[in-house]
Amino acid sequence: MLIAILTDIHGNREALSACLAHARLLKVDRFVFLGDYVGYGADPAWVVDTIRTMVDQGAVALLGNHDAAIDGPDEDMNSTARQAIQWTRGQLGPEQRRFLADLPLIHEDGNVLYVHANGYAPRNWDYMDGPMEAIRHFSRVEAHITFCGHVHVPMLYHMSTTAKVGSFSPVADNDIPLLPTRTWLAVIGAVGQPRDGVAAANYAVFDTARQTLRYLRVPYDTATAARKVREAGLPEKLAVRLEQGR
Amino acid sequence: MVINGFTLQEHISTGGMALVWTVTREDDATPLIMKIPLLLDSDDPLPIVCFETEQMIMPRLTGPHVPRFVAAGPLDPMPYIVMERIPGESLKSRLDEVPLPWAEVVAIGAKVAKALHDLHLQKVIHLDIKPSNVMIRETGEIVLIDYGFARHEQLPDLLAEEFREPFGTTPYMAPEQVLQDRADPRSDLFALGVMLYFFVTGERPFGNPRGGQIRKRLWRDPVPPRALNPDCPPWLQEIILRCLEVHPQDRYATAAQLALDLDNPDQVKLTERADRLARDSGMKTFRRWLKARKAQPLETPNIVGQLSRAPIVLAAVDLSPGSEDLAEALRLMVQRILSLETEARIACVNILKTSRIAVDILEDAEGNSLHVQRLVQLKHWGSSLGVPEERISYSVLEAPDPAAALVDYARHNNVDHIVIGARASSALRRYLGSVSSQVVAEAPCSVTVVRTPKDRRAQNG
Repeated sequence: MLIAILTDIHGNREALSACLAHARLLKVDRFVFLGDYVGYGADPAWVVDTIRTMVDQGAVALLGNHDAAIDGPDEDMNSTARQAIQWTRGQLGPEQRRFLADLPLIHEDGNVLYVHANGYAPRNWDYMDGPMEAIRHFSRVEAHITFCGHVHVPMLYHMSTTAKVGSFSPVADNDIPLLPTRTWLAVIGAVGQPRDGVAAANYAVFDTARQTLRYLRVPYDTATAARKVREAGLPEKLAVRLEQGR
Repeated sequence: MVINGFTLQEHISTGGMALVWTVTREDDATPLIMKIPLLLDSDDPLPIVCFETEQMIMPRLTGPHVPRFVAAGPLDPMPYIVMERIPGESLKSRLDEVPLPWAEVVAIGAKVAKALHDLHLQKVIHLDIKPSNVMIRETGEIVLIDYGFARHEQLPDLLAEEFREPFGTTPYMAPEQVLQDRADPRSDLFALGVMLYFFVTGERPFGNPRGGQIRKRLWRDPVPPRALNPDCPPWLQEIILRCLEVHPQDRYATAAQLALDLDNPDQVKLTERADRLARDSGMKTFRRWLKARKAQPLETPNIVGQLSRAPIVLAAVDLSPGSEDLAEALRLMVQRILSLETEARIACVNILKTSRIAVDILEDAEGNSLHVQRLVQLKHWGSSLGVPEERISYSVLEAPDPAAALVDYARHNNVDHIVIGARASSALRRYLGSVSSQVVAEAPCSVTVVRTPKDRRAQNG
């Protein structure tokens, strides 16, 4: 079975549409969304409706910190993120807000764990953004493979039988075997707000039969997405980020 | 005993890291082997990490120079890899006969270099080239086995993460491997150089060192092969010592460029390396030692990058009277390629067309050889490119079918890019077909067709 894993969409309709179309061409069987549907981007309502429809059709969707901030506290966020959340609250109706509030934090499928930020304390939103953080995850989480987002930059951490942790910056369009002899933490890059200097959406496809993971990059209409951010009156910084991918 | 449908037949070897059994499976006549990592000694992670590395890389490899991957087993019931069994023996079986006749060493070297190039094109560096890892198929093709130390450019390097000390087969390790640099395809050329040295002299250039002694190759040059075996021709010593250079950038840029020299001894540019009969003086060695003390892993290029910087470019030069403007346009194009692909090797080729039936008289009225005349002209054409002599070669091929001869040359020598001139198309040309269009249709590589400004203007009317 091919599972498309998408995360950190952040109200970016153009990027999400491009990834969904791409995944359908690959004939994926299932979609798992790791959270952060809203915040930063100009189309939160459209994105939430799209995810709701897909969940009704069998997709899995998890909660991200920006989704939790819609009906919860936002004081942990930086000022740009908070500004975007405050704008987003005005864009979402009660149905959409309830959908976000009811999302689960984790999804387990055998020895595979899906989560937004990290596997050991999903609600504290710790970032898996370096080998030390990966060690903290590996030392506390049993799962053979963990998929998370939250960092926005793709990275693959792995731990050997002797507890040595390595990190690997993945190349797109390339099947990486997730060997049974190791434990894996796959950070999936952002769909809607890439931050590694490449202005193309990220997602990944996990092949459960072959136990391989393929990171993907999908170019999308960044000009339109950035224009909408400006038209919505959101911080200019958020538009530039989309154009530059950083 | 049966494991996941594979019946174990005969236990054929126990290496340092794995047990090897021949196996069969139902409805499959292919001879197969199963490699089972030795995990008994749990203190040593090397066998399991090498096994993991091989399990990652082998399914990616294709072609005649690697064993065909069949299956890999999960941990439960036990880890294993099943692959095609290569009949015959490895080159290790020849070690009792060293020194081997130099001509045979050259033939082996050229074949191994081509197999290595094929591997490097698949984004993999072997990093453990030695006689026991080189096998010969019954069809004569070289097969490189054992990918436990290998590195795939697009996969995590599990070994580099696991170990903080250098590892590998010490007599064959390149200096950069001693410094734990695992990213340069030219490390495999060093190991091949060690192998050729061993075959031609009967001795290993750096002995069989242990511990800190493996660093010595960073400053101590080997005894020149001709000092140990005077039969070794100077050009072969040149090739071997170039492979054994300490700095990767002083070796051949690619295995294909090395193969080209091994196949064409008359084109090898001899330097001071060819004449050396003794090791460097104490003073020179001492200076290298001082430098090596500070040696750090190099900023290394990637595999694909190294290969694309150093392609073999075939310039098909037409020297017939009236083609001067085309030859000039071709020269400009080759120069443009050289400005981007800075380590390119240029093979200048001219075809001396022979007739299919008659016995050709390849002399002019004064009895001068046409072949020699063409070669002189070709060298004149190439000299203005300003390429260092060791990266340019000249060949005049006598053939009845020029296009077929060019395509053959390209195929045999791993040419990456053919640059060929063409006259603007005309009704007659379209009817008869041109050499360039035949080359475009049949070449195994990229082809650039060059036209002259004059012809372009004529076409535009």
